[in-house]
Amino acid sequence: MDFKGSDTIPGPRTEDHLPHTAETAVKIVIVGGFGVGKTTMVGSVSEIRPLTTEETMTQAGIGVDDNYGSESKTATTVAMDFGRISISDKLVLYLFGTPGQERFWFLWNGLFEGALGAVVLVDTRRLEVSFDVMGRLEERGVPFVVAVNTFPDAPRYAVEELRTALDLTPEIPIVECDVRRRASSRDVLMTLVRFLHSIALSRALT
Amino acid sequence: MTPPRRKRREPKPPPPPRPPAPQQTDGEPPPRNPERLYTVAGSEDGARAELDLVTLIVARDVPQPAASPEQAAVLRLSASPLSVAELSAYLNLPFSVMTVLITEMITAELVQVRSPIARQAVPDRSILEAVMHGLQRL
Repeated sequence: MDFKGSDTIPGPRTEDHLPHTAETAVKIVIVGGFGVGKTTMVGSVSEIRPLTTEETMTQAGIGVDDNYGSESKTATTVAMDFGRISISDKLVLYLFGTPGQERFWFLWNGLFEGALGAVVLVDTRRLEVSFDVMGRLEERGVPFVVAVNTFPDAPRYAVEELRTALDLTPEIPIVECDVRRRASSRDVLMTLVRFLHSIALSRALT
Repeated sequence: MTPPRRKRREPKPPPPPRPPAPQQTDGEPPPRNPERLYTVAGSEDGARAELDLVTLIVARDVPQPAASPEQAAVLRLSASPLSVAELSAYLNLPFSVMTVLITEMITAELVQVRSPIARQAVPDRSILEAVMHGLQRL
């Protein structure tokens, strides 16, 4: 047999198996500029060692909603790190971090579709690198919260100063975090889910 | 020090449906069986299985000797539920290739899908509440 054989493919460790009762899975996408800590955040809250899935973007795909000239004839591989949190016997939450070239994230069919929402991770030393991704989330109607990963040497701004700079409406939560800490990353996710819940409630009332 | 400033954007109407993509693109390995793929895409209800990154897949049975190595690997890994993303990661196959393989296996009744998530604009409140409770325990 040419194929290595299915027995040689590493699968989940025994403790990483989901229970047979697992029936629903949801996802949250973590976005932000290069080096801002997305992968660290996934790793700090995930119950499994983070895994990587990838997709090949061809020029045909790139042409669909972006104008990145015809100079790129080659296919580009976009990798996505992800982790997992078992919420209950039945419900599983997946977290996708988006390394690499942000212009490709939105071409990955189905990455944002069906996502509960997104966390935009920002570094105040390079606030502007997250501007484009916020705009794209707004255009797509993907709800998001902003999490400021506090680096020691980064400038500190008051939340309202950041809100003005990022031109965010008053209801969008802005929180500080240290993504290396599990509890801190967990709190960011809680902030997002509470925000999504408030959106769902207000829509139910109108 | 004043931070740089951004300008908020407005939601765009959803893009029109894509024109049917050609099955074959340059630089990609050809599908092993294009005719078969077409059959899968147009199977019974005319709808291709809508597989998300987080759709949970479960094997219906243990691998049979006739199964291809890739199918055997999927069956072995999905003995307990596993997402398409995890299968893609463990088998080291791109997501879209993984979805083709799994779609074939659904049609052949080798695997089944656990309640595919609805791609709705507003998530179900009961799911959000369950996620909040689960995160609190973390």
